[in-house]
Amino acid sequence: MPNHNGSAETVKKSMKQDRFEHPDFYAIDDLLTEEHKLIRSSIRDFVKREISPNIEDWAQRAHFPFEIVKKFGDIGAFGPTIPTEYGGGGLDYISYGLIMQEIERGDSGMRSTASVQGSLVMYPIYKFGSEEQRKKYLPKLASGEWLGCFGLTEPDHGSNPGGMVTNFKDMGDHYLLNGAKMWISNSPKAQVAVVWAKHEQGRIHGLIVERGMAGFSTPETHGKWSLRASTTGELVFDNVKVPKENLLPGKNGLGAPLMCLDSARYGIAWGAIGAAMDCYDSARRYAMERIQFDKPIGSFQLVQKKLAEMLTEITKAQLVNWRLGVLMNEGKGTTQQISMAKRNSVQVALEIAREARQIHGGMGITGEYPIMRHMMNLESVVTYEGTHDIHLLILGNHITGIPAFI
Amino acid sequence: MKILVCITHVPDTTSKINFKDNNTKFDPTGVQFIIGPYDDYALARAIEIKESTPGTTVTVLNVGLAETEPTIRKALAIGADDAIRVNADPTDSFFVASQIAEQAKAGGYELILMGRESIDYNSGVVHSIVGEMLGIPSVSPVMKLELSGNTAKLAREIEGGKEYLEVSLPFVAGCQEPIAEWKIPNMRGIMSARTKPLKVVEPKSVNSGVATQKYELPKPKGSVKMISADNVKELVNLLKNEAKVL
Ligand SMILES: Cc1cc2nc3c(=O)[nH]c(=O)nc-3n(C[C@H](O)[C@H](O)[C@H](O)COP(=O)(O)OP(=O)(O)OC[C@H]3O[C@@H](n4cnc5c(N)ncnc54)[C@H](O)[C@@H]3O)c2cc1C
Repeated sequence: MPNHNGSAETVKKSMKQDRFEHPDFYAIDDLLTEEHKLIRSSIRDFVKREISPNIEDWAQRAHFPFEIVKKFGDIGAFGPTIPTEYGGGGLDYISYGLIMQEIERGDSGMRSTASVQGSLVMYPIYKFGSEEQRKKYLPKLASGEWLGCFGLTEPDHGSNPGGMVTNFKDMGDHYLLNGAKMWISNSPKAQVAVVWAKHEQGRIHGLIVERGMAGFSTPETHGKWSLRASTTGELVFDNVKVPKENLLPGKNGLGAPLMCLDSARYGIAWGAIGAAMDCYDSARRYAMERIQFDKPIGSFQLVQKKLAEMLTEITKAQLVNWRLGVLMNEGKGTTQQISMAKRNSVQVALEIAREARQIHGGMGITGEYPIMRHMMNLESVVTYEGTHDIHLLILGNHITGIPAFI
Repeated sequence: MKILVCITHVPDTTSKINFKDNNTKFDPTGVQFIIGPYDDYALARAIEIKESTPGTTVTVLNVGLAETEPTIRKALAIGADDAIRVNADPTDSFFVASQIAEQAKAGGYELILMGRESIDYNSGVVHSIVGEMLGIPSVSPVMKLELSGNTAKLAREIEGGKEYLEVSLPFVAGCQEPIAEWKIPNMRGIMSARTKPLKVVEPKSVNSGVATQKYELPKPKGSVKMISADNVKELVNLLKNEAKVL
């Protein structure tokens, strides 16, 4: 058989650098449908074409590539589980997980852009919005014509969002919104913000705030060492007049934003393992190529231990994610199960990133390899969407029935 | 306009190739299959033409057994309207070309596109056999294809240069880059591919006269020897006595 592999490879030049292949030690692919695998390979190809060749440069320059928003829309990365009639993908939760895994395999910042848009902006508008709101916002958000953001965290209320001070008053024909949100992904470039605020009686509601409303500004947060290719900022509301039809009518109370977080955290559970897989894949290749003491470093037991532990943790997390996806598809996935998966995946990914960085030696600290970028990114991922410790408290509360938050 | 795009279902370019049954059969165990990269370009160009020419339909055709259907679904997800699978093992070029010609005749396509060659057996002759069988022109490798009315302007790679041709429809083209940028299916395409028609037809019987005796892997590549640029003598010596190519 003539071997023309080389020619076919040069044909698809843009993929030459990024040789990523996912580990599948327990044949978990057998649990996926052909369609799931096509979704995964398509998003992987997209990442290899649109993200991998540029991400290092974007991250080094702390540049958010706004043009990626339209491209994410075209490929269908925004709102995969939202029904097609609103521009979503109409896909299941395993598909959603695989999409997040592949994007975060490329970069956690890019995944953040996509999961905020899908789970934190489109999801509440779909779940809690009126039919007019769904029709007005969802197709434009799905296509990437508009970018959205989600404002829950405040300067003085992070892990305790229920303490928020951002508030709105009923002025008869409109609401008057005041307050400030902090650490808001996408905010500097967002056209639409889903903002959580208290009304006069102290109940939390969601409001859709649009760029251009008087008194609304979105200053950018500079100097991040993490998620550098994702843009983060504040939301400042100085007597913003919000039309009454912009209130999300379907649900109120802290439970509403927490439901959005469940959806996003589920995506993170898959996404973080994508980052872990990238670190492992790079470390495995490097260990076979790097020669020290006249041998590949992969032939030393201590390096093998690292690789074996990485593969073990990735495999366990893959199984947890897959099972959680099935539960979500059946409508049975719980907040606590999502907490366990999110926390586990991010912790595993952080540990793998650190071990992979060691295997890469000095090269591991440079932008030649993705490791250090993943490692720094994951420091945000372990904090946002419920910190590492807050998820322990959620699980502890579930186990004992005793809340230990305060 | 009706376009037929013929796609192959071939091992991914990074696959490890093994044989079974005493080296008489390719062993697909653990191998990932993809749309042939050159076919991918042909498909991409067909979809571009469809997008810019209202009333165009694109049919994909594969000669293969049931396991090729995910590959066909991918072509539908990329944007083809419907698909035909000729239910047979694609044993050799003549056999495959006969099946394609049979379907092409029945469907009355004005443009038949495929890759310049498959990347498994790389015979690179199916397009010309199909052209002969249908009595229409076939051109390969086509790097540019622009339609205007009933004719097409093509650019083709030839030894030491490029050839520019004009062909009237219908014709067959074996395509290669940069005819179009290969396409990645989007999630909407993958969803809509679920319900697009995929027709399975039985092959016509063909006496192709080709039989496979045995497969052999090429010898592994030897290590590289570096010789300083001014040491021509040593180079000639090695080429003569070690590589034995002079
Ligand atoms: C890059 C980035 C992007 C973000 N994007 C968004 C966004 O789009 N929208 C949004 O609303 N928010 C966003 N956030 C905010 C994020 O959700 C918060 O940072 C997170 O909830 C933690 O809040 P905090 O930073 O105020 O930390 P704090 O709540 O002050 O926590 C500090 C430490 O105290 C611990 N702690 C707090 N309370 C307890 C307790 N009861 N028991 C034990 N330990 C406790 C925490 O675990 C943590 O270790 C983003 C954050 C980052 C870094």
